[in-house]
Amino acid sequence: MLIVGELINSSRKPIAEAIQAQDAEAIKKVAKEQYEAGAHYIDVNAGTFVGKEAEYMEWLVKTVQGATDAPCCLDSPDPKVIERGLAVHKGTAMINSISLERERFEALVPIISGTDLKVIALCMSDEGMPETKDQRMKIADKLINLLVQKNVKIENIYVDPLVQPISTNSIFGVEFLNAVEEIMERFPGVHTICGLSNVSYGLPMRKLLNQNFAVMAVAKGLDALIINPLDKRMMANLIAAEALVGRDQYCMNYLKAYRENKLDV
Amino acid sequence: MATLQELANSVIEGDVERVKELTQELLQAGVDPLEIIDKGLIAGMDVVGTRFKAGEMFVPEVLMCAKAMAEGTSLVKPHLAGKELKTHGTFVIGTVKNDLHDIGKNLVSMMVESAGFTVINLGVDVSPEAFVKAIQEHKPDILGMSALLTTTLPYMKETIEAIKEAGLRDSVKIIIGGAPVTQEYADQIGADGYAPDAGAAAELCKKLVGAA
Repeated sequence: MLIVGELINSSRKPIAEAIQAQDAEAIKKVAKEQYEAGAHYIDVNAGTFVGKEAEYMEWLVKTVQGATDAPCCLDSPDPKVIERGLAVHKGTAMINSISLERERFEALVPIISGTDLKVIALCMSDEGMPETKDQRMKIADKLINLLVQKNVKIENIYVDPLVQPISTNSIFGVEFLNAVEEIMERFPGVHTICGLSNVSYGLPMRKLLNQNFAVMAVAKGLDALIINPLDKRMMANLIAAEALVGRDQYCMNYLKAYRENKLDV
Repeated sequence: MATLQELANSVIEGDVERVKELTQELLQAGVDPLEIIDKGLIAGMDVVGTRFKAGEMFVPEVLMCAKAMAEGTSLVKPHLAGKELKTHGTFVIGTVKNDLHDIGKNLVSMMVESAGFTVINLGVDVSPEAFVKAIQEHKPDILGMSALLTTTLPYMKETIEAIKEAGLRDSVKIIIGGAPVTQEYADQIGADGYAPDAGAAAELCKKLVGAA
């Protein structure tokens, strides 16, 4: 399971304040905590700083990689911001994200084409956001094929089928889950990824829903997540879920986590 | 006999069948159709809005209540016989250019409609020019804009500029909302108000037309 730590995002107040004050220690601390908790990629987002996003992206990448060996997940729809982050990035970054929206696709594809970069491919098009499994499949199909034609390796594509809140339509959860299953079946080698918080929008006890939804998605084949890795219950659930669906040979990872006291939370 | 209070309570409970029954009973008993809407259906929805804002009720419940109210209203409408349905005013809403998020915007649209406004929902990816055109066409009391992305937030400002240029700024109140939107941003771009959620948006609309 590939984990992208989501905490360094300028829409979160303490992060925005740290970026504004150029407080490298604060950012390093959050990066380190996530890395040590099991994040493989550290998401970096400075999206709320209109006009200064590129500059701050560069600073975030340098700061995060000054504290950890983790690669970053560069989170912006703006190619200039991504390029600025890539210029100082060590290792193989992930791009968050491209979509089938024409402008966004055409702006970002030259950056990714022919490289080893990993890319999150969001199931969204100019026609709007998909609601059903079939709408998601239509977008995923086009998006994956276009990316492969543009010389992006299928194993570097992380399709995000787009989580929508069950509070506004009770089928949104199951349509997403079934899309994960079908994408993983129809496009061998491709990955699926998502954030979780949208699913619980408008409902109380959101963590409970997010945690359960993550486990259900793993059962359908989801193999990457953008989450808060400091959520110990979530991380323990994921370790258990992977063992349960046969993605943990001899349950070695589960047992390792047990011995490290990571499961009793 | 059924009472308006019972009808309001059934709206609050989101009991669609009971709302339909009670509405029929009240109509048959000769209660003024406008009263049924005002003091039964809308009164119930007002409570729902307040509880939603206070975090005591949640989105799916609000949707059920709104459905109950809408079913009741559609039973009353044929009995209005030329009487004007009283509205607090007209509300035009849309998600700004290049932004395809419609869930939050639709919740606001529904809550404002349930609070007694005529609502025109322009959908998503609405350009500044399209907002201007909608103001000219519908002459709303209030315009609502939604943006869910930091990249589309600037279109709120652009839209307000376009409305100014068209000489329409004084004819309409403008309110904004969405995840990256703050009160500070609303002040900065010269909007008349900001609402953090759909319940607050409905109250804000009422306040702006002097109905709260």
